Parts: sequence; structure tokens; C-alpha cells
Amino acid sequence: MEIIFTDQNFEAEVLKNDLPVLVDFFAIWCGPCQMMAPAIEELSKQLDGKIKVGKLNVDENPICAQKYGIMSIPTLILFKDGQVNKTLFGFKNKDEILKEIQS
Amino acid sequence: MIYDIIIIGAGPAGLTASIYASRYKLSNLAIGKLIGGTITYAHKVENFPGVPSISGTELGQKMAQQAKELGAEILIDGVKEIQKKEIFKVITESGKEFSARTIIITTGTERRKLNIPGEKEYLGKGVSYCTTCDAPFFKDKAVILVGGSNAACSGALHLADYAKKVFLIYRKNELRAEPVWVEEVKNNPKIEIVYATNLTEILGEGQKVVGVKLDVPYNGSELLKADGVFIEAGGIPASQLIKSLGITVNENDYIKVDERMRTNIEGIFAAGDVTTGCLVLSQAITASAHGAVASNSVFEYLKSKEK
Repeated sequence: MEIIFTDQNFEAEVLKNDLPVLVDFFAIWCGPCQMMAPAIEELSKQLDGKIKVGKLNVDENPICAQKYGIMSIPTLILFKDGQVNKTLFGFKNKDEILKEIQS
Repeated sequence: MIYDIIIIGAGPAGLTASIYASRYKLSNLAIGKLIGGTITYAHKVENFPGVPSISGTELGQKMAQQAKELGAEILIDGVKEIQKKEIFKVITESGKEFSARTIIITTGTERRKLNIPGEKEYLGKGVSYCTTCDAPFFKDKAVILVGGSNAACSGALHLADYAKKVFLIYRKNELRAEPVWVEEVKNNPKIEIVYATNLTEILGEGQKVVGVKLDVPYNGSELLKADGVFIEAGGIPASQLIKSLGITVNENDYIKVDERMRTNIEGIFAAGDVTTGCLVLSQAITASAHGAVASNSVFEYLKSKEK
């Protein structure tokens, strides 16, 4: 299941998660983010038990957005053991995301 | 199942082609990476008749909705290969295979990059190709927008809603956007237009953009400080896919079509920004119009084959 990350739960859900976590930094005003949302939802199901997948609204969660220097959305960040492992910028389809995070 | 048409691309050209195809009772599948295509990146569309003002994303979604309601299948995927035999076989990037009697190519354009040092390195760290997505991150900052088209001017205006200063840098002496946009840009106190100038490098301090280098000094300096660089330098045709099929393209790789949107290959049609047909005016409305013509041509073509 897709998780909603916030400034409040970020440490527990992302940084201290035993699994790798893929965070979709998005905002409602961003068209390409909206178009990418279904892919993120599908990935959350497909990767269940392997990688946690969820999204973070940069408008409502400025602390995280600022901490990770988000200046462009959609941005996807893969966290492993609390560290940034991979960052992907811009609209991508499901297969492109899968290929990037599994390589 | 063998579709009457597989439409490759799901922007205004492809979705309109689908709408018309469904009404001609032609079974159709539209395969596209980004539903809505390039128009998705427009923060405001105010020249599409019947829709006084709408965001590009919403316009694209409405087109897709209409296409679906009329019976289209829409698949979010890329196309890897088209094979021409008795019928056409289409293989997608995720490995799916489909067959069709005809093909309409509406793959549009990919964003043109400046190909200068710093552009790739600072992508997402100040370099952006989407003003609608990223303008709000530059509140009270100084930003540069490269380009002179409608998309560039509307993008500069959108940026000016947030930034304290917008430098609109264009390589020519006159903006090529519609006069309505040009006038609005010129009247905006936050926007400064820098003509006949190119960026030669995007400069940063590791984590983010700090400025650019110019080929012509501006106010006595080749360095211009800025926190963001937005690139709206037009598109290049996404026509790689069809090269192996032997489809004729012009010197800039736009697919050559006639007035019925036929390519040189029987059964393959094309419409929208990827074709020579939209070179005069690359707009959602022209792409849609040509998409409609393409489906009409397919209809006539399939009818002629039945005889």
C-alpha cells in the first residue's frame, strides 16, 4: 500500500524503516506529478514487501522538502538505511522508475 | 484482437485521432508515455476554442476522458518497435504486443536541451524544464528563462508570480510568441528581456545553481547571477522509433506527411508536433486538427481496402 509521508512521520516511516523507501515528492499544482501518480500507486503494490513506496506533498511538508533540497517536482528519492540512495527528476513511467531503482 | 488503428502517442493529436476513430466505429488503442503529452506542461491554455482558460494538464485529462468514454483503450507505455507485415505489430517497452491494420504516429516532441556545461549536473537543483511544476520553489528568487515562444513567455509570466526577478533570455532580436503574450511579458515589471544572447554554461556551487555564463555581456558582465534556470527552448521530434521502418523525414527529422496525414508508407499515418504538418504552428489546436484528419484518412483507407 502507498503511504502518505509527512514532516511528522518521515523519520519513523522513511529514515528508520528496515526496507528501502521510495518517496515521491509532489504537489497538487504539478501536472506531470498528477500524471505520474497512478504509476506510483501501482509500484507500491508491485513492490510490496520489498520497497516501501509513498508520497510526500511538498506544499504541506516544507521541512522535508527543504531538507532534501527539492527544487523540482516530481522528484523521486530512494532511501536506504536512512540515506539517500538514488534521486530521479521529472516525469517517468512505471517501467522507467522500476529500471532506475533496481539498477 | 486486431485493432483498426493503434495510435502511438497520447497528446492532443493522438487523443483527437482516437475520438474521431471511435466515432467512425474504428477500434483503437492509444499508447502514450504521458497522457496529455506536451500540453501537460502548460500552466494556462487560453487559446483553445470553447475553453476560455484551463490548465494544460486538465485539458489533456479532459481529452483522454472523452476518448475513453467513446470507447478508446489508452495504455500508459512507450513503444519500442513497429513491425510491418500483413498487418502491423507494435511492441511496447514493457514487452506487450499488439496488432493493428493501421498506425497513426503522434509521438510529438521531446524537450530541446541547451547541451551546455552544468545543464545536466544541476537538473533538479535549479535547472528545470517545467515552469508549472517548479515556479513555486523560486519565491522571491532571481530566475532565468531561456526561450522566446508562447511556452517561454507564458512560463516567464508564471515565474513572475513567484520570483522577484525573471530574465527572459532569447537568442533572437524579437520574441516569437503571440503578440498577446509578448505584450504581457513586456508590461510585467519583474521581467527583463535579454535579446540576442545565449547561455554558454550553468554555474553552481555543488548543491544548487548560482548563475550562468552568457556569450554576450549583459550590463557589462558575462556572468549573470540567478537561483534557477528554466529551459523552454522548443522541441525535437520524437521520431527515432520509426526510422527503421523507412518513413521519410525532413532534414530535422520531422515526419513528412501530405494533406491527408499520410506518410510514405502505406497504412502509416502521422499527426501533430512530430510531423512537418505542424511546423508552421505547433499548438494543441493544430495537433488536434491533424489528428482528426489522420483518423478520417484511416477511415477512407480501410474502406477502400474492403472493396
